[in-house]
Amino acid sequence: MSSAVTILKGVTATRSGKIGVVLVGFHLLLALVAPWLVPYEFDAQTAVIDHAGPSLAHWAGLDTLGRDVLTRTLLGGREALLVTIFGTGLAVVWGSFFGVLAGYLGGRIDELIMRSVDIFLAIPWMIFLLLVIASFGNAPMVMILTLGFFYGIGVVRMARAATLEVVVKDYVLAAKARGERPLSIMMTEILPNVRDVLMVESAMRWSWMLLAFSALSFLGFGVTPPTPDWGLMIANSRIYLALAPWPVLMPMIALSSLIIGINLTADALAKSLGVDKTTRALV
Amino acid sequence: MTAPLLSIENLSIGFTGLNDQPVFIVRDVNLTLAAGETLGLVGESGCGKSSLLLAMMGYYKQGLGRLRGGIAYDGQDPGLVSPQQLQALRGGGMALIPQNAGQALTPTLRIKAQMVEVLRLHSDLAPGAWQARCLALFERVKLPDPEQMLNRYPHELSGGQQQRVAIAMALAGEPDLLLLDEPTTGLDVTTQVGVLALLQEICQDLNTAMVYVSHDIQVISQVCNQIAIMYAGEIVEMGPRADLLTQPVHPYTQGLLASIPRLNQQTLPHPIAGEMLQPVHRGSNVGCGYAGRCPLATDQCRATAPLAQPIADRWVKCHEVTAAMAGEFIRPAQKLLAANLGDRELLSVADLSIRYQAPTWLQSLRGQQPPAIVRAVSFGIQKGEIVGLVGESGSGKSTILKTIAGLQGSLSGRITLSGTDDLTGPVESRPRGSLRKVQLVFQNPDASLNPRKTIGEILRRPLELYFDLATGVMDQAVDALLQRVNLPESYKGRFPGQLSGGEKQRVAIARALAAKPELILCDEITSALDVSVQAAILKLLLDLRADSGVSLLFVSHDLAVVETLCDSVLVLEGGEVREAGLCAEVFKNPQHAYTQALLASVL
Repeated sequence: MSSAVTILKGVTATRSGKIGVVLVGFHLLLALVAPWLVPYEFDAQTAVIDHAGPSLAHWAGLDTLGRDVLTRTLLGGREALLVTIFGTGLAVVWGSFFGVLAGYLGGRIDELIMRSVDIFLAIPWMIFLLLVIASFGNAPMVMILTLGFFYGIGVVRMARAATLEVVVKDYVLAAKARGERPLSIMMTEILPNVRDVLMVESAMRWSWMLLAFSALSFLGFGVTPPTPDWGLMIANSRIYLALAPWPVLMPMIALSSLIIGINLTADALAKSLGVDKTTRALV
Repeated sequence: MTAPLLSIENLSIGFTGLNDQPVFIVRDVNLTLAAGETLGLVGESGCGKSSLLLAMMGYYKQGLGRLRGGIAYDGQDPGLVSPQQLQALRGGGMALIPQNAGQALTPTLRIKAQMVEVLRLHSDLAPGAWQARCLALFERVKLPDPEQMLNRYPHELSGGQQQRVAIAMALAGEPDLLLLDEPTTGLDVTTQVGVLALLQEICQDLNTAMVYVSHDIQVISQVCNQIAIMYAGEIVEMGPRADLLTQPVHPYTQGLLASIPRLNQQTLPHPIAGEMLQPVHRGSNVGCGYAGRCPLATDQCRATAPLAQPIADRWVKCHEVTAAMAGEFIRPAQKLLAANLGDRELLSVADLSIRYQAPTWLQSLRGQQPPAIVRAVSFGIQKGEIVGLVGESGSGKSTILKTIAGLQGSLSGRITLSGTDDLTGPVESRPRGSLRKVQLVFQNPDASLNPRKTIGEILRRPLELYFDLATGVMDQAVDALLQRVNLPESYKGRFPGQLSGGEKQRVAIARALAAKPELILCDEITSALDVSVQAAILKLLLDLRADSGVSLLFVSHDLAVVETLCDSVLVLEGGEVREAGLCAEVFKNPQHAYTQALLASVL
């Protein structure tokens, strides 16, 4: 698709955008090929002293249970990426649907949607999430649906705000006067013009959701051991931080580099699409 | 002769673009202004007139800067002085009166606080004398009830009053030079006349020099003694007002004057073909900037840039002065007499009243009604007739249009098309057949075309909606539409952002034509365009009417445009029809006092 190429070109036009795209690309590629790259099985234990530091056989050392830290770090982002990519997709799709609907139709439907949004925003989502996981388990599908639902609530507000700016434009009035159906107006006149805002928004949501997912794992609710996961690795090894920093540092570096990469990409995207209109102050 | 107050030498403003190519917004401008002199800078949008004005006070819009040349105000270059000196210069030496005073005033501060700020910075008065000085300034600019005004917030003032406050504020520092950036452009004509008279008076009484920027040469000629015509970043002709208006020399000046619609004129305004040279191309252009549009252009014009040559009291940048002075190269078309209309009524509006809000619960309890925007308006449009709807802002003219289009509900009354189609209800209640017959064209083509769709997609949509066409036939129909509004077929693949304002408005008209309508509703469709482009759009509308017999309802605040285009006219004030009749009769012999006042305000 040519517009995807154009967008990528715009993002990589700045240096920070290039760094961001390279970081995100690297992590995505790694997540795909890691199973064939890793030197050990993720749960293979080595019968040496635990917390051994980096050696030729184990570049990033071993963790408490004598497992290879490099292997677990390389594999540790896979489930997080799977859940957050689909979760973000779900959040953006349902959030923008209701946001555009509320912004375009206005009136009672707008009130109903926005007040429901207010109610959900008032619920502490972490606690609600723990409740859901406690009841339905932590299968990736459950995680995708719950995270997708909660992160979509913010998208509703964003999409509605962006829609309100477009609804008053004369081309929307012109479509109404032509006798276009509401659905057709929303799809062809409004959606293409709020697309940029939504794209930047979804990039930002993705990084937030990654942090949230890692936080859940850290608390022990995200991924079931022994599946490797960054949040879980940090949680398990953090008490030995002074003794053996590698098992904590490696997943931290991996997670931060991915989030920094996403944020840099989102900023560059916002700049190149003109969503971020910050300019130098006058005078 | 004493030293001039302001002198500008070889000034170029712009930025360095790709491949280190300079991009010129303003190019090689020379100007001198003596104390007390009034100079008008006239030009169309994008000619660099505002950038030049701001440069005089040492200010450049973001990304722009001085490429070369010098500015001297009272011997000082505002670009080289210290920040403290610059602060004293701005407001104290020269003062800017901006285009939109409503936006230039801080909305959260009372007028008094904003006036006092200027006095604190730019006058030697003791704080105790500030109040009296403010009142004196307000009387000077003829604001009613000055004491009340000081305690108001900007939004509590009318547009004209806001502009008068901005003028008073500019005068507070007793400047020697006033810089005005289209100060009357957003105002109604009757208000504009008052502000212009005030500016004239200030110049005479205070002997303040003035640089007045406007796209409207008629406004400029009310206030300024000297006029400079700007085109594509350069001043192409400059001289005393009377000479320039009666005997323009430069082909562009002549074209500009010929494109302005005027009352009681036997000829149609004559458009200038083509487009202004864009800033990116101004650097590489070696010839005259106007050569691409000039009917007199020769090889010499395209090869070398003309130098300023004096003719009597003025100077002109043109190689073909002799040919230009001979004239004869602009032949405006004769105005057609009103078409033979017959008496087949197309649209009938009977007793139409409109209000924006329904009464609230409390109001209905008290038996109150929110005020109606439009009250008991009745009129008819014949087949093939062009009807003008004139009035000032708030007169309800656009509201009537929106109600006919079904975008605004009505309170009472009846609208029927060709006696059969009921157009009283909203758009949702109308059958597709009757929707097709009425099409709407908006004021601002930037907002009325979806920026994410190509021109082809925009034109195809009404065809899909109203007609059942095969793909091949559809493509041909789109080509035919573009051809009809004089645009090349290659524009199909372009996006609206790649078109100029006039071209966009042509696309909007083509979109209306796609439905094969019987009535096109035009909402100020030429007021966002430059005059030379407006003339072309007016001609296009007349051609379309002659070809297809479509009727137009043309809303405008510009009486000269209405007289040029329309067969009959309705004058609206405060939601009521004040006068209606054939254009020729109403404009020649206005009966109602309001119509007379409107006509008297036309410059």
